[in-house]
Amino acid sequence: MKRNEAENKISDGSLKKEMRVRPIKHGTVIDHITAGQALNVLKILGISGTTTAVVSVAMNVPSGVLEKKDIVKIEDRELKETEVDRISLIAPDATINIIRDFEVIDKHRVELPLQLEGVMKCDNPNCISNTVEPVISKFTVNKKPVELRCIYCDHVISEGIAEHLI
Amino acid sequence: MLRHIISMKDFSNDEIDIILKRAKDFEPIARGKKSSLLSGKILATLFYEPSTRTRLSFETAMKRLGGEVIDLGPVEKSSVAKGETLADTIRVIGNYADAIVLRHPREGSARMAAQFSNVPILNAGDGAGHHPTQTLLDLYTIMRESSLSNLRIALVGDLKYGRTVHSLAYALSMYHADMTLISPKQLQMPDVIKKDLKKQGASITETTNMEDVLGDIDVLYVTRIQKERFPDPAEYQKVAGIYRVTVELLEKAPDNLIIMHPLPRLDEIDPAVDRTKYARYFEQSFYGVPVRMALLAMAMEVV
Ligand SMILES: Nc1ncnc2c1ncn2[C@@H]1O[C@H](COP(=O)(O)OP(=O)(O)OP(=O)(O)O)[C@@H](O)[C@H]1O
Ligand SMILES: [Mg+2]
Ligand SMILES: [Zn+2]
Repeated sequence: MKRNEAENKISDGSLKKEMRVRPIKHGTVIDHITAGQALNVLKILGISGTTTAVVSVAMNVPSGVLEKKDIVKIEDRELKETEVDRISLIAPDATINIIRDFEVIDKHRVELPLQLEGVMKCDNPNCISNTVEPVISKFTVNKKPVELRCIYCDHVISEGIAEHLI
Repeated sequence: MLRHIISMKDFSNDEIDIILKRAKDFEPIARGKKSSLLSGKILATLFYEPSTRTRLSFETAMKRLGGEVIDLGPVEKSSVAKGETLADTIRVIGNYADAIVLRHPREGSARMAAQFSNVPILNAGDGAGHHPTQTLLDLYTIMRESSLSNLRIALVGDLKYGRTVHSLAYALSMYHADMTLISPKQLQMPDVIKKDLKKQGASITETTNMEDVLGDIDVLYVTRIQKERFPDPAEYQKVAGIYRVTVELLEKAPDNLIIMHPLPRLDEIDPAVDRTKYARYFEQSFYGVPVRMALLAMAMEVV
């Protein structure tokens, strides 16, 4: 799709509601983010106020019947696997859309991995993984509900997951 | 593959049964019969936290099997005081000894040590985490002095902070024991642990009253309420001494009831109880030797 076609698409009634900002040529759209988690997604991606990337964020967008969602769109960036793993923890229903030449060329839902390495900090201050020892934090993952169990100390993290992300 | 002993969660029922059976075979040696099963083998004991009975019973077990023991000694005087990591200490000691017994104040330390060790690690307590050799000796005591099948057991005291009791409850759930948890409200077993137990199919009843359940159990497992675990001394004062096993209390007890305690005890069991037919806590501490023999043999013997 050419740029002007894309813009035409925007003026098309059905899409106009969602496309409040200009479309992106190349980049990534993270859609269906659990409402309220957009800023945590930005944090995971290392995007702060000083970023030079072109980023748009939509929060509490009506989606489906009554549901709300957040959306994050970033130009000229593809996500690393470890970033997607982190996003899956706070937004288990998110979809990653790869945009090329204004088109969605690939779409997949994030998936919680069975194990997480070096992604979270154990919340037990007395855990061996929170010391000078040469170990990387490691958790086994329970998907529903999302529960992370430290393989070292057995502590379970089920709430405030975003705060424990490294 | 190296057989580390880190957590009860690493064992299947069959493996536990094999260890308990092996321990039974070692009982005569634990009582003094000569053995050279582990002669030429060296066990290293690394205690970063004080312990007398666990360390001594490991040493006894090793020596009675004909092996030698080397000890890290007081931590303040060792390389640890110079800031060496546990990972490095384990790699160094693993080149001297054939197995390492480790007690360390951090949860998960034994699991980590196993990743760095080229000899088996036997976890003798990792902070508030696991203490599997204590659990195995508790199971052994129940097997020898009562029965592990259709077991009805009450766990009394600090069920919140007591690591011994968490490991034991987990293991008992593998034997489908009927468990009664007796503690003051502030010291109830944490929900995460209860959830784990229920997942295993355990039946659990919670109460604050010890007297009421005495008639319906086979084993009364008493634990100490530890002052050091309480952030607030006033909170400790509220619960200190609330459960006290006395001869009078035991009047209602069935004949075959046994009383266990991981020791050391404070005042939760009156010394007069020692002379009753119910007391088994000194047998229990002796059984630590044959059980640790079984584990040392598993870790080091050449087959
Ligand atoms: N060029 C673009 N620039 C910016 N956002 C885009 C672009 N193309 C698509 N999007 C956004 O990416 C997301 C996925 O686009 P798609 O056209 O697949 O929508 P959809 O059919 O609603 O997908 P889904 O079934 O995943 O909800 C939507 O939020 C859409 O607004
Ligand atoms: Mg959509
Ligand atoms: Zn941990």
